[in-house]
Amino acid sequence: MWEYTNQVMEHFERPRNVGVVARIDGEGQVGSLSCGDALRLTIQVDKDKDLIEDAKFQTFGCASAIASSSALTEMIKGRTLEQALSITNQDIADYLGGLPREKMHCSVLGQEALEAAVANYRGEKPKALEGQIICECFGVTDVEIERVVKTNRLTTVEEITQFTKAGGGCGKCVEKIEALLNKILKKTATPGNGQKPGGRLTTLKRIKLIEDAIANQIAPALMRDGGDIELVDVDGPTVYVTLKGTCASCPSSKRTLADFVTERLRALVDSDIVVRERRPE
Amino acid sequence: MRTIYFDNNATTAVDPQVLEAMLPFFQGLYGNPSSMHHKGGEVAAALRQARQQLADLLGCEPGEIIYTSCGTESDNTAMWSALRTQPDKKHLITSRVEHSAIINNAAFLRRLGYQVTEVGVDRDGLLNLSQLEKALTPDTALVSLLWANNETGVLFPVEDVARLCSEKGIVFHTDAVQAVGKIPINLKASKIDMLSLAGHKLHAPKGIGALYVRKGLKFAPFMIGGHQEGGRRGGTENTPYIVGLGVAARLAGERLPEENTRVKALRDRLEAGLLKIPYAMVNGHRTIRLPNTTNISFEYIEGESILFHLSHAGICASSGSACTSGSLEPSHVLRAMGVPFTAAHGSIRLSLGVTNTDDEVDEALKIFPEVVAKLRELSPFWKDDGPVQESELLSCEDNNCQICN
Ligand SMILES: Cc1ncc(COP(=O)(O)O)c(C=O)c1O
Repeated sequence: MWEYTNQVMEHFERPRNVGVVARIDGEGQVGSLSCGDALRLTIQVDKDKDLIEDAKFQTFGCASAIASSSALTEMIKGRTLEQALSITNQDIADYLGGLPREKMHCSVLGQEALEAAVANYRGEKPKALEGQIICECFGVTDVEIERVVKTNRLTTVEEITQFTKAGGGCGKCVEKIEALLNKILKKTATPGNGQKPGGRLTTLKRIKLIEDAIANQIAPALMRDGGDIELVDVDGPTVYVTLKGTCASCPSSKRTLADFVTERLRALVDSDIVVRERRPE
Repeated sequence: MRTIYFDNNATTAVDPQVLEAMLPFFQGLYGNPSSMHHKGGEVAAALRQARQQLADLLGCEPGEIIYTSCGTESDNTAMWSALRTQPDKKHLITSRVEHSAIINNAAFLRRLGYQVTEVGVDRDGLLNLSQLEKALTPDTALVSLLWANNETGVLFPVEDVARLCSEKGIVFHTDAVQAVGKIPINLKASKIDMLSLAGHKLHAPKGIGALYVRKGLKFAPFMIGGHQEGGRRGGTENTPYIVGLGVAARLAGERLPEENTRVKALRDRLEAGLLKIPYAMVNGHRTIRLPNTTNISFEYIEGESILFHLSHAGICASSGSACTSGSLEPSHVLRAMGVPFTAAHGSIRLSLGVTNTDDEVDEALKIFPEVVAKLRELSPFWKDDGPVQESELLSCEDNNCQICN
């Protein structure tokens, strides 16, 4: 059973603004019957004030898709187009007191329907349809993925699937998503100054990177040879670790182990890292 | 609010007689059945009786039963035993509509270098027997097939396949977790080598299962440990649950006729009533099927939404829609059958049991049309009393969605 908030259940049981507006000035349709959720949003616009006078929706989908659509219409009614467009999928989720991670794509659906409706009103092409298709099963483009990654600070392919459905079908595009994610993350980590990753890291980010590097790259490599490593502490440039496993008692192999760890951490995180060993207590 | 429980394929309520039989084994009768004193002896006697009760339900010998912790453990034990006792054979056959306990093992075995054939089904969910026959090779170690499908209730001809396998010296296992207690089973008269069952589908508690292993079949234990279960499954016996499963087996035997008459009639009446709702259709063969299960698709609406509204009105059911499974695609069973995505997303499984009544069916037949109408009113694919014309539909191309192509 999903853990839905009371607000989600409220909007699901008593959806607001169901139907089609009296005069359709803009219309956005996203999703499809075969994808498992689809939303049609229509808006009526006060042309002088550039203001959304009325908004109505029709949704095929799960409880959170219906609740997200209902919430969206409440959020945009009476707003100017500019104000409405500044709403992110996270805002929709927040309005409902949060959504389960696996259901975040419902909030993205809402945001995209809104964009499509406004674009339709303005006679433009909706942004989400720009770019290249990455996931063919669910028709998700690189532009969509990049935006969702940035607004929601996503860091894994799994999260991208939860937010956009991309990669959740046949799974063939998972590698493409991973490559795209790495590209996006690199861009966000080094804002255009071409520095090594970690050049201007905050302490928190730096620790996170060190943790990641040890857990995902260094430890698995050591484990293959029967060893292991544990992160003990980080103090400025100094990283304290405990080396374990079959080689731990042998001083000469420890030397090479420490060299290996230093080399990897310098490459992955920061070039001025110093590795010190702490004995297990 | 009154609960109408139509989800007996997910799990069943523990029968009061089962619970009553179990309770003494938590207190006075706490002995270890292996112990050489009277506290052990009295429990060992109760286990013997329970084993006999289960053997009677299956038409086998008590010594052919191994207790396990659940249906999943029984499935795992069977698969791995067949492979480990025939280390030279590297091929196994199963179907595309198995329970995840089998499917995920098959996927894992494939990564280990085994060759796995997944036999398909037709639009009614019936097994493609000729595909299976062609797949049998001298390298085939195991054929494992569901007896009754948990989502649709459709039955596979496991006794025929077992005979075929036996002629070729291939081990045959069936996951009968949904079949036991709902259809007659007589293992003595069959060529089935191994059969899995789970207590919680027949009014025993969760956390107890059993595996039938035909006498004389080579066997390798999954849980290696003590001498319990004749050395075939280590670990001190779960005595209260084994006793509970014994009583549940006796009751299932007694209730088998009711399951196939009264319960079946309830299911049929419910199904017929639901089919009066426009754009509703049954998934799965209408007669080669368990007596208690129906799987119905309501087109143009989505399963999770249906379930929540039903639950709000007291009805418990399941769905094969993507949203309920936590995955993004609808049930692998419905997809293997070629049920269109449009119908798969709106599929609802209703599984009845001996506790259900005529009143409950009447009540459900009032609630369902309201729920479906409410959701269709919201649906962009529905207008007045029919689907919107194709041209107005949000088509896949609009969104580059190619999932159905
Ligand atoms: C066909 C089938 N096999 C196996 C299982 C697994 O049983 P358990 O949950 O007891 O491990 C189930 C239960 O859902 C089932 O329906």
